Amino acid sequence: MDETIRTILAEHGHLPVEVAKIGDEDDLYQAGMTSHASVNVMLALEDEFDVEFPEVMLRKSTFESVAAIRVALGELTGS
Amino acid sequence: MSDAGLFRDELVAAGLLVLTGTDGIYGRSSVYEDIVAAVDGLAVGAALAEGAVSYRFPPVMPRQVFEQTGYLSSFPDLMGSVSTFTGNNADHRKLMDVAQAGGDWTALLQAAGANLCPAACHPLYPTLAGTLPEGGRRFDVAGWCYRHEPSVDPARMQAFRMHELVYVGDAAGATEHRDRWLQLGVDVLASLGLEVQTVVANDPFFGRVGRILADNQRAETLKFEIVTPISSAEHPTAIGSSNCHLDHFGEPFGIETADGGVAHSCCFGFGLDRITLALLRTHGMDPGDWPAAARDRLWA
Repeated sequence: MDETIRTILAEHGHLPVEVAKIGDEDDLYQAGMTSHASVNVMLALEDEFDVEFPEVMLRKSTFESVAAIRVALGELTGS
Repeated sequence: MSDAGLFRDELVAAGLLVLTGTDGIYGRSSVYEDIVAAVDGLAVGAALAEGAVSYRFPPVMPRQVFEQTGYLSSFPDLMGSVSTFTGNNADHRKLMDVAQAGGDWTALLQAAGANLCPAACHPLYPTLAGTLPEGGRRFDVAGWCYRHEPSVDPARMQAFRMHELVYVGDAAGATEHRDRWLQLGVDVLASLGLEVQTVVANDPFFGRVGRILADNQRAETLKFEIVTPISSAEHPTAIGSSNCHLDHFGEPFGIETADGGVAHSCCFGFGLDRITLALLRTHGMDPGDWPAAARDRLWA
């Protein structure tokens, strides 16, 4: 799952640094991900994992790190 | 009837607003317009005091500029897109037939290449493509805006006026502009006898995607509103706002700072119609009876 998350971040996160250099817990917004980029990441995650983030998860914190995204997807996919 | 509906009735009975048959689209009396002009004058005075350059744009903007502002993705439900008729004689007969039968003749129109301005500052940004001088630039813009949100609440008009003080430059300058103008705005509005509060706010971004954008905007405290009770004491209405856009306009419109970075921007907006309504709500329907301090500030 982590590899897929990182691939999506590389494609849609518009990060000014290499995704490989970003730690699991590093703050993606601090790393340069914009608000609009985080939306594109969310949509790509939904397509890739065939899930829909519920309203309660449509928050900045859900997408703030690789680890946070993994936890959120884990809740939705039951894995 | 709701408090908002009762307040609208009061404004209509006093002859200040004239109903047109569509919620949110009103005629205004000369008394009402005198208040708008006086508040506008205070905004112009404050802007010129710090060397801002004034521009006035029409209430429509080129469609391409509208697209570049990102409005379509963030607020599709609020936009107004101008349509026109480009057909021949046969098409015209069809148009008239559909209209006379009470049908939806608008389906036979084509895009005119223009959109109604949703915010007074949007037409400004494409004029700034290129490199800004050291320290950035400040502008004073005002005009009619359109947002499709019909409501009986007179404080939620579809067509209304906004007066904005805009900064374009580096990130630190944008934050400084936001904070300083928020305080200047509070000072101006309080001097008119309005009881105002400053709150963290978000724009009404559309849909599921919009929830994240709104949450981000609040988490980063990019936008503040100055609120006061107009149609409801419980839910005060924003009559001014200060909004950091980051590089949302600098990037698509190719605006650069003196050192080559993508420009940030920030605007402080006075809601001219809402301030007028707040004054009428607070001081009464006849400006002749308003407290001397408010009258002097507006008309002395």
